[in-house]
Amino acid sequence: METCIEIARAVREGSRTARSVVEETLERIERLDAGLGAFREVHAEEARAAADAIDERVARGEDPGRLAGVPIAIKDNIAAVEGTTTCGSRMLENYRSPFDATVVERLRSEGAIPIGRTNCDEFAMGSSTETCAFGTVRNPWDPTRVPGGSSGGSAAAVGAGMVPAALGSDTGGSIRQPASFCGCVGLKPTYGRVSRYGLVAFGSSLDQIGPFTRTVSDATLLLEVMGGRDRRDSTSADREVGEVVPPTGSGLAGLRVGMPAQYLQEGANEPAVQSCVETLRERLREAGATIVDIDLPLTETGISTYYVIAPAEASSNLARFDGIRYGHRAADDGAGLEALYARTRAEGFGPEVQRRIMLGTYVLSSGYYDAYYKRALQVRRLIKEEFDRAFEVCDVLMGPTSPFTAFELGGRPDPMSMYLCDVYTVNANIAGICGVSIPAGLDEPDAEGRRRPVGIHLQGRAFDEAGLLGAAAAIEELVGFESLPGS
Amino acid sequence: MSEDQREVLDEAAVRKVARLARLAVEEEDLPRYAEQLSSILDHIRRISDLDVEGVEPLAHPLPQHTRLDDDVPVEGMPVEALLGNAPAVEGDFIAVPKVLGEGS
Repeated sequence: METCIEIARAVREGSRTARSVVEETLERIERLDAGLGAFREVHAEEARAAADAIDERVARGEDPGRLAGVPIAIKDNIAAVEGTTTCGSRMLENYRSPFDATVVERLRSEGAIPIGRTNCDEFAMGSSTETCAFGTVRNPWDPTRVPGGSSGGSAAAVGAGMVPAALGSDTGGSIRQPASFCGCVGLKPTYGRVSRYGLVAFGSSLDQIGPFTRTVSDATLLLEVMGGRDRRDSTSADREVGEVVPPTGSGLAGLRVGMPAQYLQEGANEPAVQSCVETLRERLREAGATIVDIDLPLTETGISTYYVIAPAEASSNLARFDGIRYGHRAADDGAGLEALYARTRAEGFGPEVQRRIMLGTYVLSSGYYDAYYKRALQVRRLIKEEFDRAFEVCDVLMGPTSPFTAFELGGRPDPMSMYLCDVYTVNANIAGICGVSIPAGLDEPDAEGRRRPVGIHLQGRAFDEAGLLGAAAAIEELVGFESLPGS
Repeated sequence: MSEDQREVLDEAAVRKVARLARLAVEEEDLPRYAEQLSSILDHIRRISDLDVEGVEPLAHPLPQHTRLDDDVPVEGMPVEALLGNAPAVEGDFIAVPKVLGEGS
């Protein structure tokens, strides 16, 4: 399976056509996705037309860009003009975006080809992609397991080797956790690094778009293309991304890797996850890195804080779905406009979305605001300050992305047990720092001989993607994880 | 935190919050939502144990103030595409149920 960088190089040189890349990708999706369900829509005709246009440009001696001919799958909550953008919800089942998200526009302008839409948890609310209204996504390493979530379709598509790259969104771990479950690289950039214009809003102070890829250098390239200020998103930072290009090779000598005690507490992780991280810690030490003991006592408090802030923001953001201008509308029974809103929303939203809207409405309601919302924002500052202190003595933080490898479909029926999946990832969103999950090994074989990937989570200072991805590239080289499922 | 301080949402509270959120939740679903939301709130209450005296709330991670952009005209979105997403259309308008008389 070629990387984005290899494909773009070959297409720009004229040694292969974008059309042939697209045809091979469509064939792989056809063959591999039948049993996985990662894609909700495949846009074959649009992709072929885009590929032919790139090949014509190459024939004319023009440069189609840094991602020439690279097929990219797009999570179903990021607007693009092909097909529908449904957020995995009946509410938007027939919604056709009249515009491209800024990230999609920027990817296209460098020659990337949107190949299709990937399934996700409804409005990105979930950690297993099981709240998606349009079917089940299975883990490419073990079809009895979930791909993680909420960007489970994107992670499965890259993890299975169908596409070299996909887009996801990460509000509390929705890129990094599924990347970990599916054995690929998943990057959540610093808040403000990448424009959110065209991302259907969930938690506006937490959401970031980021890439799934097979290699750290591909994730770096996608970040460079997608990132930077956008006048259509006032929270996009006034910083140019420039060349993020991480140092590679000898990057480990002198690297200060912080290991928070709370990430490796006795009994906190599955044994395979625990030993994977501990083994890597020793290998890093041998390779010349400095391991720094870190204390992050607010690690577990993150989930409580997150489940105030995220539902509060969601309840406000999702108020726009009222059945008037777009989306599902309930049949008019003459009971008036307010009844129409309420029935539209009850019919259009699934149970998890309704639960979070009610939770958010509750914590923002009169009499509870100070006890929940205001207090959560105070804890948010404490969590950020805890990271600030840690980054004074280390360059990156390391731990498991998830306490466990991919769990069984239907294995976490209770909402609270699902929320706890994100214990190691939510705090990066709360503090706005960057984080990446890279594959580091496989767990023990089960009775059928199947093994599932273990992901390593690295977190870096706000806007220090260069440092984060540099460390990730060096660790990637050290680990040498190259396997695809079934290989 | 002592047990008697525990926040529990009963069915009446869920009914009220559903009404505020404009969600027509079925009566038969109220007990399940009450139980699930209570369990989540019970977990969330852990933030009450922390000392946050004098801590300034942090609403947003980015230390950046709202900026003003140059006023440059750009093309709007195509009306047909926007109307194409509306659930009901009459001519160039989005059709809605009769609103007059509500709240009287």
